[in-house]
Amino acid sequence: MNWPSVKAVYHHEMSRFFRTVFQSLASPVLSTVLYFVVFGAAIGGRIQSVEGVAYGAFIVPGLMMLTVLQQSVSNASFGIYFPKFSGTIYEYLVAPTGWIEVTLGFVGAAASKAVLIALVILLTSFWFNGVHIAHPFWMMAFLILTALAFSMLGFIIGLWAKSFEQLQIVPMMVITPLVFLGGAFYSASMLPPFWEGVAKLNPVLYLISGFRWSFFDLADVPVFTSLVAVAVMIVVCMAIIRWIFATGWRLRE
Amino acid sequence: MSPIIDIDHLSKRYDSGTFALKDVSLQMQEGEILALLGPNGAGKTTLISIICGLVTPTEGTVRVGGHDIRTDWRAARKLIGLVPQEITLEPFEKVIDCVRFTRGLYGEAPDDAYIEKLLRSLALWEKRDARTRELSGGMKRRVLIAKALSHRPKVLFLDEPTAGVDVALRREMWEVVRELRAEGVTIILTTHYLEEAEDMADRIGVINRGQLLLVQPKAELMGEFGKKRLMIDLYEPLANLPPELAERGLTLSADGRQLGYDYDTRAERTGIARLLGDLTAHGIAVRDVATKQSSLEDIFMSLVAEPKKETA
Repeated sequence: MNWPSVKAVYHHEMSRFFRTVFQSLASPVLSTVLYFVVFGAAIGGRIQSVEGVAYGAFIVPGLMMLTVLQQSVSNASFGIYFPKFSGTIYEYLVAPTGWIEVTLGFVGAAASKAVLIALVILLTSFWFNGVHIAHPFWMMAFLILTALAFSMLGFIIGLWAKSFEQLQIVPMMVITPLVFLGGAFYSASMLPPFWEGVAKLNPVLYLISGFRWSFFDLADVPVFTSLVAVAVMIVVCMAIIRWIFATGWRLRE
Repeated sequence: MSPIIDIDHLSKRYDSGTFALKDVSLQMQEGEILALLGPNGAGKTTLISIICGLVTPTEGTVRVGGHDIRTDWRAARKLIGLVPQEITLEPFEKVIDCVRFTRGLYGEAPDDAYIEKLLRSLALWEKRDARTRELSGGMKRRVLIAKALSHRPKVLFLDEPTAGVDVALRREMWEVVRELRAEGVTIILTTHYLEEAEDMADRIGVINRGQLLLVQPKAELMGEFGKKRLMIDLYEPLANLPPELAERGLTLSADGRQLGYDYDTRAERTGIARLLGDLTAHGIAVRDVATKQSSLEDIFMSLVAEPKKETA
């Protein structure tokens, strides 16, 4: 493992984030504040509580997950797509740097950015709701693991994409619906039995459920299942990335 | 001394069956400059891309500094720097950050003193905090060279470094290459400009349709190009050439109407004046004289010329 290379890629990607730190943070924070206002204050005012938790607080983990998933995917996909677009990808391919170093650098940076933004959203949520975190360690663990898993997915999308349109279509058409249908704003147990069964086919449900458990001790699915889901996703994504670098698919064309 | 680059029977065949590179073998010694000449699509960039790890060869091996580029690729690539044909830089990044990043990517510890020396040598130090998009074309190309040299490679590939740049900048690039050679860097450069190859290279290679047609020391090649042929048309055909004239290297054409004489333009005395005097002394009347010089371009064109299709 060439750690200085990992560090170089990581710093390079993070410096892009800090160059535009205001817009990187302002946009997700503003949209989350709007969610809090609309769902938490306006609509939530008419909902007493969900499984004993005030609705405004109940949606905090879901909103954080929504942001983490979107940010992880978009940061990682753009991070690797931009060198492909500008032609600087050759540098990564001719350097004495393997797929693991390049992946760790890009994915680590994308996940770091997503976690940072999620924590800023958590701080913002304290202003709106008195959120109590039951298991802080597991909250951070779920946050980091989910950010890593979806940064890997984003990295794959960036490697696959041949245009900016392709780069945006997967997050827009797949990620956002999965999060909304994954229980970001409700508990799966609130659904009729058939739809609850369908919802459980959605992998994002397991992530949100585990994350919500770390806040409120409440889960739609067992916590262990949530951990297994995120671990499986990380392993599958790693295998795909390794294959892409080994074959040069969409990289060495 | 073992070669710094050892290419052995290297081929690249695409799925369509087309050979981008066919059975290329080449050795280079440390500190040498090789200019690869060839028309577009000849295989120059493919050869460089294989050595640098961008393209996988179908057959053959390449060793850089004794390290196989496929089995010992990390060690091999540490020795290589690549300046690509296209100017590819991240537009919003500062010059110095670009160079620092490449050094880090190669696993080297930060060394700002070396980066400063490098940027100064490429006349980029004053522009170190400029965004790359603000630079002129020539400066961008020098940034690419600085990036390629950031980890102190022993071998530098320059893929058409002066393509599309003006004459002044081209000369500036040549100066940079000379300085690198003085520091002991082995350089392979591809070019369309014969003048460039003549001016800088120790050896010249000609590549066409994936085949390396010729690799020769420049001095040898220039020796051939330095020769000129004097053609003397005679008023009356000669049956035989007088022995004294034959001894001086004169040849007679089959029809006896023309004499030929090869001479070295760089020699102190070409012997032409004395030769003409001798012809007059032998009563041979001269109708016309002409000279013909074989240039690098002639040789190059004859090597890469399309073979004429035979007609029935």
